[in-house]
Amino acid sequence: MKNDEFIVVRLEGVHKESEDTTTLTIPYDLNSKPGQFVMLWLPGKGEKPISISGEKDGKFQITICAIGSFSEAVSKLRKGDKIGFRGPFGTHYTIPKESTSLAMVGGGYGSAPLAYLAEQAALGGKKVYFIEGARTKSRLLFSERMKISGAVLLTCTDDGSEGPKCYSPDVLKDLLENHKIDKVFSCGPEIMMKRVVEISQNAGIPSEISMERYMKCGIGVCGQCCVDELGLCMCKEGPIISGELALKIREFGSYTRGSTGKKSEL
Amino acid sequence: MLSTELAGIKLPNPTVLASGILGVTGSSLTRVSKAGAGAVTTKSISLKERKGHPTPVIATYAHGMANAVGLSNAGAEETLLEIGYAVKNSPSPVIASIFASTITEFGKVAEAVSKAKPHLIEVNISCPNVDDEFGRPFACDPGIAAVVTKKVKKSTSIPILVKLSPNVPSIAPIAEAVAKEGADGITAINTVGPGMLINVEAARPVLSNRVGGISGPAIKPLALKCIYDIYKSTKLPIIGTGGVTTGRDAVEMIMAGASATGIGTGVYYRGIEIFSKVSEEIQGLMDKEGYNSIEEMRGVAHEE
Ligand SMILES: Cc1cc2nc3c(=O)[nH]c(=O)nc-3n(C[C@H](O)[C@H](O)[C@H](O)COP(=O)(O)O)c2cc1C
Ligand code: FES
Repeated sequence: MKNDEFIVVRLEGVHKESEDTTTLTIPYDLNSKPGQFVMLWLPGKGEKPISISGEKDGKFQITICAIGSFSEAVSKLRKGDKIGFRGPFGTHYTIPKESTSLAMVGGGYGSAPLAYLAEQAALGGKKVYFIEGARTKSRLLFSERMKISGAVLLTCTDDGSEGPKCYSPDVLKDLLENHKIDKVFSCGPEIMMKRVVEISQNAGIPSEISMERYMKCGIGVCGQCCVDELGLCMCKEGPIISGELALKIREFGSYTRGSTGKKSEL
Repeated sequence: MLSTELAGIKLPNPTVLASGILGVTGSSLTRVSKAGAGAVTTKSISLKERKGHPTPVIATYAHGMANAVGLSNAGAEETLLEIGYAVKNSPSPVIASIFASTITEFGKVAEAVSKAKPHLIEVNISCPNVDDEFGRPFACDPGIAAVVTKKVKKSTSIPILVKLSPNVPSIAPIAEAVAKEGADGITAINTVGPGMLINVEAARPVLSNRVGGISGPAIKPLALKCIYDIYKSTKLPIIGTGGVTTGRDAVEMIMAGASATGIGTGVYYRGIEIFSKVSEEIQGLMDKEGYNSIEEMRGVAHEE
């Protein structure tokens, strides 16, 4: 019988990406694909869906930004501490076999699954343009990893402290005008992703984005993550969906539902 | 012929989406209805918005699931739009599930959700995982169950189903008590227990609430016995719920006395396609065993 019990193991590594962002290395052969997530469990502290930021050699990684009490507890974890998880869950990004050049647009901690995707794409011999936008220089993540992977790193910041002072969709628009790109991938704030999808569509290029919704079960049961009006579960039919599908989802870039099911504007 | 009837409401087939599964939004209810459910039930709704328990609230084990979602919901006012959407767009009937902590409030929620014109109202008096807050579920006392039924009947003209708990020494007297006060049908069973799951490496209970209601394949035999007892003691239509994942399970429920069968945890095992698959499987068994209608098959396990 199908079963998704928690697996509890000891942390192999804790790495600070920036002042408030931490990457955990978990020694477990998850067999995940970029874009998928795990439900992370800190006994006594709660459970949250977290996207996978890398996997290789029988270990996987997740990257968490300390913004609530749960993620603050995560940022205090040390090597050897026990953590639980179940998964991997959800859909994943797909790199077309025939493609040669790919663009990825990450905003904030949305860069996490894209870093994983970029590394896999590079291993598959694809040319990767990795566009990363952040509020300010200290919030840019994974630049080292991207450089090692061989991706072309295009950064921009809201305050101009690193790269041009602009938003990442603007960089994408520029890129698409000057290079032949086969597919665009994005993860980050929904307003940003909506622009990415529109820009890609206008250029006639397929795209995939990550649509995150409040999740309780991660396994298509509680109905907390269902989106209007198609009723799809973002834990199961998402989080990775095509840009085309995203534009058919009425709430995309507009509103979301919280833990009780009550709507709020994005 | 898979059609069936619940308190005067016609269902195209006997599979019903159980309360608490994919029932938060109108869009989701509509999707499940379009995927083949004979009726869909909303997540239980209270008068005011409720947060529910902290996560983890849902955990699986080898034979089923434990949950302590804790009846989170956006409140009757906010949910009216969701029910209304489902009523307008679902090809099959919509059941609004309600709950409250007092008799008076049960009346108020029933009145409130009636505005969205659901086909049926299901009165949830049987959630086992909010004991700390509400004390023993109302479904554990025939007297209180009867008073709640009477109050809800007075507050709405929509037919009502009362959802019973298996966590009682004997379910028949409760069914009789709600039948006497005018319940139009019964849904049974809600989750069993509460129970507990412990993770060995973490050395503690998995659910934050520590305990949760048990559902899925493990509880089917308990559910069947409850349906059998209720059928014997009342004439009311029954939605037989608890551990149904196949057409064979559903037929067992109908033979015990159910007019329709609820499916909750089964969605985890077989996705939302479970409704059309179970329908097909029921039809296959009916053809094989020579039954022409659900009604003809209903309660046959009671024959001498
Ligand atoms: C995650 C989950 C949430 C539930 N929430 C509710 C609820 O809000 N109201 C209710 O009456 N029953 C609720 N139930 C109980 C189900 O409707 C059903 O009675 C029970 O799970 C047994 O059926 P099953 O084995 O097919 O799941 C819930 C069950 C689960 C698994
Ligand atoms: S998180 Fe429960 S259905 Fe998606």
